[in-house]
Amino acid sequence: MTTDSRGVSRFHSISFRRRMSRLIALVLLIVFSIVFAIPFLWMILTSLKSLEEVYQRTVLPQSLHFENYLLALTQIPFLRYTWNTIVITVLCVLGTVVSSSMVAYSMSKVKWRGKKYLFPIIVGTMMIPYQVTLIPLYMIWNKLGLIGTIAPLVVPAFFGGPYYIFLLRQFFKTIPDSLLEAATIDGAGELRVFLQIMIPLCKPALASVAIFTFLGTWSDFMGPMLYLNSQDSYTLSIGLQAFLQQHYVQWGILMAASAIFTIPIIILFFFAQKYFIEGITVTGMKA
Amino acid sequence: MAQKKPPVRGKKRNSHTAAGILFALPWIIGFLAFSLYPIVMSVYYSLTDFNMFQAPKFVGLENYTALFQDEKFYKSLWNTMYMTVLGTPLSLLVGLLMALLLNQKVRGMPFFRTLFYLPSVVPLVASSMLWLWILNPQYGLLNQMLQKLGLYQPNWLTDPDFTKPALLIMGVWGVGGIMIIFLAALQDVPRSLYEAAEIDGAGTLKKFVHITLPGISPVIFFQLIMGVINNFQYFTQAYLMIGSSTGGGLNVVSGGAENSLLFYALYLYQNAFNLFKMGKASAMAWILFLIVALVTFVIFKTQDRWVSYGDD
Repeated sequence: MTTDSRGVSRFHSISFRRRMSRLIALVLLIVFSIVFAIPFLWMILTSLKSLEEVYQRTVLPQSLHFENYLLALTQIPFLRYTWNTIVITVLCVLGTVVSSSMVAYSMSKVKWRGKKYLFPIIVGTMMIPYQVTLIPLYMIWNKLGLIGTIAPLVVPAFFGGPYYIFLLRQFFKTIPDSLLEAATIDGAGELRVFLQIMIPLCKPALASVAIFTFLGTWSDFMGPMLYLNSQDSYTLSIGLQAFLQQHYVQWGILMAASAIFTIPIIILFFFAQKYFIEGITVTGMKA
Repeated sequence: MAQKKPPVRGKKRNSHTAAGILFALPWIIGFLAFSLYPIVMSVYYSLTDFNMFQAPKFVGLENYTALFQDEKFYKSLWNTMYMTVLGTPLSLLVGLLMALLLNQKVRGMPFFRTLFYLPSVVPLVASSMLWLWILNPQYGLLNQMLQKLGLYQPNWLTDPDFTKPALLIMGVWGVGGIMIIFLAALQDVPRSLYEAAEIDGAGTLKKFVHITLPGISPVIFFQLIMGVINNFQYFTQAYLMIGSSTGGGLNVVSGGAENSLLFYALYLYQNAFNLFKMGKASAMAWILFLIVALVTFVIFKTQDRWVSYGDD
């Protein structure tokens, strides 16, 4: 690679052209950055303005009203909502990682014929719009008397998500069979091979699955809106939406609340950037 | 990746099958309980008059024929087509453009990548709230800027001609996920192809058309299909925007200004959970399934013409 590019850079016009195109790219990137950053800045700036100042069409706050954050935390039962969201999210992440990795193992490394028939069905279920099963599922939970509990939101996670099974299978397939066979010869059963070889080798993929489940559950709106009906059980998503409907004019507090809701995700992103990007790349590129 | 199959004796094969089933068991149970049974029930409900409180009453295809005479049904289809036909190419184009810029080996690439990606992980409730404020007709940032530039300031939230464009703008802000996928695809295109083309004197445009586009065409294809499927199910953003500005209860769905935001999934939800017309809503779900399947099939049919899978 290096020798190639050194060879090409002898052509002066090409290296000049390349430098020019990089400069243009940089300028465009800066323009895009400003456009993409402005909404975030606006969120922060508004969150620091007083109730009246929000309506005075100023850009910068005259004085910093950090109390908006305090008001958001006290006027909205933030702790309650955060705790509810954490419980649901942790259970969903746990359920999805355990069940999806088991199924993905069966679909990639266990030598049985059934996987040839099951895997296309797993992929096929991804094509069915969720609206098709929405009503019958609601009826099931209704019959079981579980509407208003977190069961409808977390129980399905323990039965494997097609998307994540697919993602993990792609990763599992890259582990050489010889590694697993060596263990089998030593007398290890499938469960031990799975737990002691497969899982440790595929930690990055499992991390991606955990992160995407976390993101999806943390931000989910429709599920909690359908199934949770008392304010005590609200998650952050529906709790904030309910607050917005009652306090449509208090934009300072609303923006502070949005910022508090978003910050955990941004922190997570900075710690686990690599898994975010790997996970998206694997599921987004391979049909 | 060639798989050599060692001769497996009966007993061993049985134990493999047992392990295979056991490991797949969570999905098998989940499939039966949360997919297959609901699918069957959904077909049945779609043929009944069902309000959730009384037993379903069989009515044959009445729900389907009634839908074809329902003006709101067509309105919701039109709104959904609008978002699909404009929203999908728009996010693919912007995502690709940003990925191309990031792929230019400029300094500070990780910074730009992070900034462009972050909006797509902001919870929808938070980002919708933020955009409601930015798009506020009187005090919003966007109209303030348009005013300074001396341009027309639309009523983004209440003018039926501008509510859908407002959602498109919101969508572009969240284009980061698509951008990352395109960036990874661009980095997979072999450098040697570009170098060979440069020696032959090919310009930037020629390289883009003859190397870059064919190289990433499978990813464009996959993203196009995913985008279309997602846009046909467009729900949460519109729901949040309408619910917030009209101030109904948390569960109540309206269609926004002159039903301009009554998307297919919203109308379906409204029928099911506000009007308790479960039969009609189930029929709508199956029509949606057929439309999505048909459109996906048509896109698949075109792939031979423009998608190149290289040599693997």
